[in-house]
Amino acid sequence: MKSPIVGSTSGMRGIAIVCLSGLLAACGTSTADNSGTNTASAPGITASSITIGSTQPLTGPAAPGYSEIAPASNAYFVYLNQHGGVFGRKVLYEYLDDGYNPTNTASQTRKLILDTKVFAMFSSLGTPTHLAVVDYINSEKVPDLFVSSGCNCWNNVAKYPNTFGWQTDYTIEGKILGQYIKQNLSGKKVGYFYQNDEFGLDGVKGLDDQLGASSIASRQNYVPTNTNVGPQIAALQASGAQVVVSFTIPAFTALALLSAAKLGYHPTWVVSNVGSDVTTLTGLVSKFSQGAVGGKLLGGIVTDNYLPFSSDTSNPWITLFKQIHDQYIPSLPFDGNVVYGMAQAYTLAQALKAAGRNPTRSSFVKSLESTKLSGGPGLAPLGFASDNHLGYLGVQVAIIAADGTVATNGPVYTSSDSGPISQYSGSASSPPANGIP
Amino acid sequence: MATANLRFGRLYRPTLTRHLLLGLGAAVLLFAISAQIGAYDDYNLTAVAIFAVAAAGLTLLTGLNGQLSLGHGALMAVGAYTASLLLKDHELPVVVVLLVAVLTTGIIGIVFGYAAARLRGPYLAGATLTLAVALPQLATRYKSIFGGDSGLTVPPSAPPAWLGADFPPERWLAWIALAAAIVTMVLLANLLHSSVGRTFIAVRDNEVAAALAGIDVGRTQVLAFVISASCAGLAGALFGYWSGVTAPAGFGLGLSLQLVTAIVIGGLGSLAGAVWGSLVLVVIPALTSGMASTLNVPSSVANNLPLAIYGAILVIAMLAAPHGIQGALQRLLALARARWGHLPAGGKKGVMDWDDPAADP
Repeated sequence: MKSPIVGSTSGMRGIAIVCLSGLLAACGTSTADNSGTNTASAPGITASSITIGSTQPLTGPAAPGYSEIAPASNAYFVYLNQHGGVFGRKVLYEYLDDGYNPTNTASQTRKLILDTKVFAMFSSLGTPTHLAVVDYINSEKVPDLFVSSGCNCWNNVAKYPNTFGWQTDYTIEGKILGQYIKQNLSGKKVGYFYQNDEFGLDGVKGLDDQLGASSIASRQNYVPTNTNVGPQIAALQASGAQVVVSFTIPAFTALALLSAAKLGYHPTWVVSNVGSDVTTLTGLVSKFSQGAVGGKLLGGIVTDNYLPFSSDTSNPWITLFKQIHDQYIPSLPFDGNVVYGMAQAYTLAQALKAAGRNPTRSSFVKSLESTKLSGGPGLAPLGFASDNHLGYLGVQVAIIAADGTVATNGPVYTSSDSGPISQYSGSASSPPANGIP
Repeated sequence: MATANLRFGRLYRPTLTRHLLLGLGAAVLLFAISAQIGAYDDYNLTAVAIFAVAAAGLTLLTGLNGQLSLGHGALMAVGAYTASLLLKDHELPVVVVLLVAVLTTGIIGIVFGYAAARLRGPYLAGATLTLAVALPQLATRYKSIFGGDSGLTVPPSAPPAWLGADFPPERWLAWIALAAAIVTMVLLANLLHSSVGRTFIAVRDNEVAAALAGIDVGRTQVLAFVISASCAGLAGALFGYWSGVTAPAGFGLGLSLQLVTAIVIGGLGSLAGAVWGSLVLVVIPALTSGMASTLNVPSSVANNLPLAIYGAILVIAMLAAPHGIQGALQRLLALARARWGHLPAGGKKGVMDWDDPAADP
């Protein structure tokens, strides 16, 4: 990405200064700066606490599944606080309901920044909702961390210097799924079914990059306000598509699977990570079919992940998160959304620790750009740098079996929106003994 | 209730001067308040001013002209989308944006007013309800123009340089919204005290009698609808600036019902009531916010809780104070005057007429 300030001498000097101070902050984290006493170094930070805020769909159309993310993050913060917090400070997490309505997101975000006076925004969920406030948050110079959306809109360092993504963006995900289809399902006719917004369109961009736009048998889309997807599925069937790539939210994955089953149409489904959580899907499928169909319908779905699957009990991160889940939020199902929320909270704890004892808003952002954080529970590395605000850089393909277990398939691949796909050679880290960074 | 002395006094103070002085007083007071409070309170004050503009327009239509509109949220959307589209590629002064929004919504108001003037009672309510439900869907349908569910972002109106670099943008927007609200109130108050205002009331009270008295009923109703729609357009444009985003979900049926709630709770047909109602609209959600998450109820219940609360408030308000907050205040005032005040000429101490809402005009 070309930044408009690059090219002018003063701009270059500015960048040099930013990099230098970033380096100093990074050095500081390992030595002297961390000694001393806690001060109220920034809005939302006191000697004993750091307050962060978020807007989440606790009610409304996006609530099923996604409403678990914030309580899961909060459970991790409570666990963290009971184990000493970050530099002795407790992390206080205030998350407000926006009902997935951008207008509510706008007013709730102002409440958090102007009234609660949070240090940073964290994990705010949704593309349309967060697009409504990203300008405002940046104009207030509030760190805007780990947006819960894979839109590549968050990776715009020049326009949104304080905003950072977290999950693998939809274009990279689309590319890696496209590569899988090219390698493993070659010769079959491919159709798309996608949400008609940044989520679906970014995914399609990545798929087209690998499969070639002209080779696609049929492209069907939906808007989340219309739950009748029968016509689109019938069109895919008529086109003879043997593989259907589905960039859908969970409810629409379930609707698509049920509509296809009703039509006697059984293509190979390739579903984006967003819409493939087994626990959520099984619940939705049996709810929509009034119990007539269960999780069996999910057998054979190809999907991907950048985090370990919640069913992978051999993974030490899953053991840790399951333990925190059982202790603090036992009433919620232990699924991909809970793993997502806790993994995000872990990344924040890492970033807060790296920023030193008494960070300001700007020193925190510089530290995040200059410190190499481990991917934590993530399968792929985190990409944060001064010219990149994208989080996880890749995914690993996985296949859902008829009994609901998920098996990963092949290596982890990484990419960027425009670059080539490469195999990731690093290995996942294991959690620290006490579970906090 | 009013005495001969009072009427005589009014002759010496022309309506316009009285309203201008009231407006000026309100302006001085509100601007002083806005400068004392924090940025978040300024942000909420802006919301009260915006709702007051829309509610004032609606109370003129429903309270004084007798036409119920359940579609004013959609008319606000027209104003908001007009402002957003204007600001998409151009930097325009706030005043220009607001005026264009008023004109656009006024034109839509003419079209819809003609249809509305032919409808009565539940049919009118149904037609305006259609507007509230259907209009925001256009934004989703024509995504390339209106931005779909994400909507259009509205760039903030930056405070002028002479206010200093540290001047909070929330306070600047509060000033704009308060100025717009006060201008609207003064204009509407004058209109209501003119012959036009009296024809509105005449048509509301008895269309046949009004027609026999030489009033063109249809034209009066269209005029009331256009004025009311223009107010909604102004409020919508301000809402766009306030929210920073114009998206269909922000202008759903809930907004239209909120406006009706505001004018009923505040006191139907009274401009002061519109202001009280707007205050309630902003304060109640602040009290109930987070209720859905703290109550730990299933999402199907929590989704509908805010609307259910408005419904409950409406019912209780109707039972406790059928003439709204403004009606209740005026009665208390009248009661106090009757109990402790000077004896009005011809009046009896301690006696008052409960059925007279002591309406403003």
